[in-house]
Amino acid sequence: MGYEDKELKWVGTRQIRPDGVDKVTGRANFGADLNLPGMLTGKILRSPHPHAKIVSINTDKAAALPGVKAIVTGADMPEMPSEMAQAGEGAVNFRYLSNNIMAHDKVLYDGHPVAAVAAISDAVANEALSLIEVEYEVLPHVIDVEESMKPDAPVLHDTIFTAGVEPKPEKPSNVVMRVQMGFGDPDAGYEKSDVVIERNYTTQPVHQGYIEPHAAVVEWTENDECRIWCSSQGQFMVRTFTAKLLDLELAQVRVTPAEIGGGFGGKTTIYLEPVAALLSRKSHRPVRMVMSRDEVFRATGPTSGTAMRVKIGATRDGKIQGAEAELKYQAGAYPGSPVAPGCMTAFAPYALENVKTVGYDVVVNRPLSASYRAPGAPMASFAVESAIDELAQELGMDPIDLRLKNAAKEGTQAPYGPKFKSIGYIETLEAAKAHPNYNIPLGPNQGRGVASGFWFNIGMQSSATVNVAEDGTVCVISGNPDIGGSRASLAMMAAEVLGVDYNKVKIIVGDTASIGYNDVTGGSRVTFATGMAIIQAAEDVVQQLRERAAMTWDIGVDAVVWEDGFARPASANAGDFKPLSLADIAAKAGRTGGPINGKAAINARGAGAGFGTHICDVEVDPDTGHVTVLRYTAVQDAGKAIHPGYVEGQMQGGVAQGVGWALNEEYIYGEDGRLQNPGFLDYRMPVASDLPMIDTVIVEVPNPAHPFGVRGVGEVPIVPPLGATANAVSHAIGKRMTDLPLSPPAIVSALDS
Amino acid sequence: MAKFHVTATVNGEEVEYLCDPQQTMLDVLRDELNLTGTKEGCSSGDCGACSVILDGRLVCSCLALGAELDGAKIETIEGMAEGDELHPLQQKFLEEAALQCGFCTPGFLVAAKNLLERNPDPTETEVRYWLAGNLCRCTGYDKIIRSVLDVAAEMRGS
Amino acid sequence: MAQVVLSNELGRQFAGGQTHFDVDAVNVRKLIGALDEMFPGLGAELQSDGIAIAIDGEIFSDPFLEAIADNSEVYFLPAIKGG
Ligand code: FES
Ligand code: FES
Repeated sequence: MGYEDKELKWVGTRQIRPDGVDKVTGRANFGADLNLPGMLTGKILRSPHPHAKIVSINTDKAAALPGVKAIVTGADMPEMPSEMAQAGEGAVNFRYLSNNIMAHDKVLYDGHPVAAVAAISDAVANEALSLIEVEYEVLPHVIDVEESMKPDAPVLHDTIFTAGVEPKPEKPSNVVMRVQMGFGDPDAGYEKSDVVIERNYTTQPVHQGYIEPHAAVVEWTENDECRIWCSSQGQFMVRTFTAKLLDLELAQVRVTPAEIGGGFGGKTTIYLEPVAALLSRKSHRPVRMVMSRDEVFRATGPTSGTAMRVKIGATRDGKIQGAEAELKYQAGAYPGSPVAPGCMTAFAPYALENVKTVGYDVVVNRPLSASYRAPGAPMASFAVESAIDELAQELGMDPIDLRLKNAAKEGTQAPYGPKFKSIGYIETLEAAKAHPNYNIPLGPNQGRGVASGFWFNIGMQSSATVNVAEDGTVCVISGNPDIGGSRASLAMMAAEVLGVDYNKVKIIVGDTASIGYNDVTGGSRVTFATGMAIIQAAEDVVQQLRERAAMTWDIGVDAVVWEDGFARPASANAGDFKPLSLADIAAKAGRTGGPINGKAAINARGAGAGFGTHICDVEVDPDTGHVTVLRYTAVQDAGKAIHPGYVEGQMQGGVAQGVGWALNEEYIYGEDGRLQNPGFLDYRMPVASDLPMIDTVIVEVPNPAHPFGVRGVGEVPIVPPLGATANAVSHAIGKRMTDLPLSPPAIVSALDS
Repeated sequence: MAKFHVTATVNGEEVEYLCDPQQTMLDVLRDELNLTGTKEGCSSGDCGACSVILDGRLVCSCLALGAELDGAKIETIEGMAEGDELHPLQQKFLEEAALQCGFCTPGFLVAAKNLLERNPDPTETEVRYWLAGNLCRCTGYDKIIRSVLDVAAEMRGS
Repeated sequence: MAQVVLSNELGRQFAGGQTHFDVDAVNVRKLIGALDEMFPGLGAELQSDGIAIAIDGEIFSDPFLEAIADNSEVYFLPAIKGG
């Protein structure tokens, strides 16, 4: 059922979110806010070494400290087979996950957990940690991705042999796999080209930077039930992962989602829950674990640092004839960098005949990388969009015109193979070109950069319940943590379908025992997929309401229509009955068959690909190298903006993160392999005074697969800012900047060279 | 370890608590007084999630010691609304979608309220610099800054 | 006949380097069965969790009974995770 030609009352408006008042008054409960009777504090001892064998761990002294109630080491974690296993959103190697949460025989990065204690207070727990004696045999380490690929690099895992190369390697390697995709023959394309750009680029790992550190409370009940309260991007993900790692049945684990203080992909995995569960089981008391910011930086997130090479050739008319990219992504301590989506998205905005991307997933002695908003795409996009910009310069073309000349549209074969369905990339380019900001004259030391970006958006599994109360109010249960206002957009869609007032619709995020399975809040899927489930559940309710009205009037159900919250006879022929409201029908539901509850459980198909185009204006201080972002304009095809305020918010937030990635953020390691900037002071995320207002333009090219046309919006906006910002800086200083971040020292040294 | 006995005024009410010498004001608010609206993002003074007003001054509660608060007057996010009446900043944040995850929100609201009490007519730049000690990773600050400027204008008008 | 495209890696591992095939199948299950008959072992690989399928441009993360039309284009791709 589509709603395109209906007049929409709620969808597309700016409603106040249902959980809003709790959040502005401090009442909302986030991961660290729960306090249970008898609760202990859990803390983790972490490796100071980037790479070492654990020779022995002696916990006797710590155990003897008064107030210490339990101690856990890797020996307490069940052995996991090393194999990819289905787990919610995708395949996970539980051996790696287990070893990352608690090292078994080897530590692989500064911050790798080696033991944990539960004690009656923070002070006692900290003292206990200092009493645990770990004997390490320190091994040589490797931090840099290209160093790690060398044949003589210290090997992290002697079980990893590079996949995807011929002949099959006989020696273990830090290169986990090589992927290649594309079609045509780029070399033939360069032959035809008048201009060929080829350059190397690097980006540094950056952290998702959610302000709420990871936190979990676990109570192992005497009934052998593992009760978890935690902030995550998916209570079902936490359930699956925790149960797997501890060899439990899923129904034994019940996860209640706390409010989540930001995730951006970084909370689509777990770090604390199994450890807290073991501590609780041993101590027979609830245990709360909250990470410090230092721990968050050293041992969670970040996304991959990269080394990349891009080559693009075009004829004078601006037509791209050939393109290729080689992408080397740091996975961190265990396999799993997002290099494959990097390869898939790199050239996605362009219609190409000859394209090839090659990617390498490489382990290094750094924390295991985690998903970060459009995983893998921003770095590859930075490299490609920089090369496209340089191409425009060489050709003397406007960078938007060059993109228009080569833009992907419906039917274009994407670089990863299939042909795009309906997409709105060209619309974003046109809107960007028409934006007044694009024509504001620039002064000295100022530059303007343009870049585009793509993300697939995903569907996947969602369950939803819509319960009608006797007075006609409606309760919706979703299974996705609300990370950025999704309760509002979901309730608005339910209100729209039911034809009731938005304020009559209450929505909760259910725990794993009270709502059916849902994949994580991620991949820009909630408003699309869970929205679809809620729409279907609401339509299920509408169908029941029509049936109840038909029963009441003693006419056929086909003779009843549902309009604006009322059952009405379909036509005069059906009879002359006073319309029945949802409240009228609900009040009498008992006599027409019992409670009215709608349900849907779906695997949402038809996620609509998303594109965005950004314009960044900067001014560079030639003396200090400091970059001021003067203006920023983000244009994006949202399909349909259910709540435009939160769509704009996603775009603005993505831009801020992307600008931080481009200008300042980076992980800095010393020679000793230790992280030197594990805090917000030295890991410099953008603050309010670093940014201007971020202008947004929402383009709406509806996704035909969604009843309201939704595509999903959360990820696209972090893809273009790296390229847009770097292009702007390059123009401002007249030098092509290829290595992020463009921090003041980097700019000063470029200017001096 | 001997505990300190402290008497202070929090959101207009007198409170008494015992605390360890190393407990911060943030620990005391959250763990001893159960005022969990004040958030911990870093405990090093770098994120502003723990912002409170101490004797009229905006401070990071993670940087003050609980034991030093005898006789102090503290205002937290929990005291910002007057009964059922939200503070205009709270209302505006809701209307303008100035929060996404909402974790930074208490800190921003407390800091912004303090700004408007000192400077009812701030420029955009002044708002941005005043709030530069509060990190938000979700919003890109745009809607937060607009909300504060709008409320300042409305409060001046009324 | 549907046009089916495997990744380079799968083509190399199972199909002697070939990646493009014409296969007669009405749905994904039948298609994977047919491919497995042509290249034993490929079927299990194609049903593993790291692999998604695009049918005529639409990506499915865990396809099974999705219909395949006579001239559909089918691509086997790395599965996508979100952030
Ligand atoms: S927790 Fe106090 S400034 Fe971050
Ligand atoms: S709204 Fe999430 S950190 Fe500000």
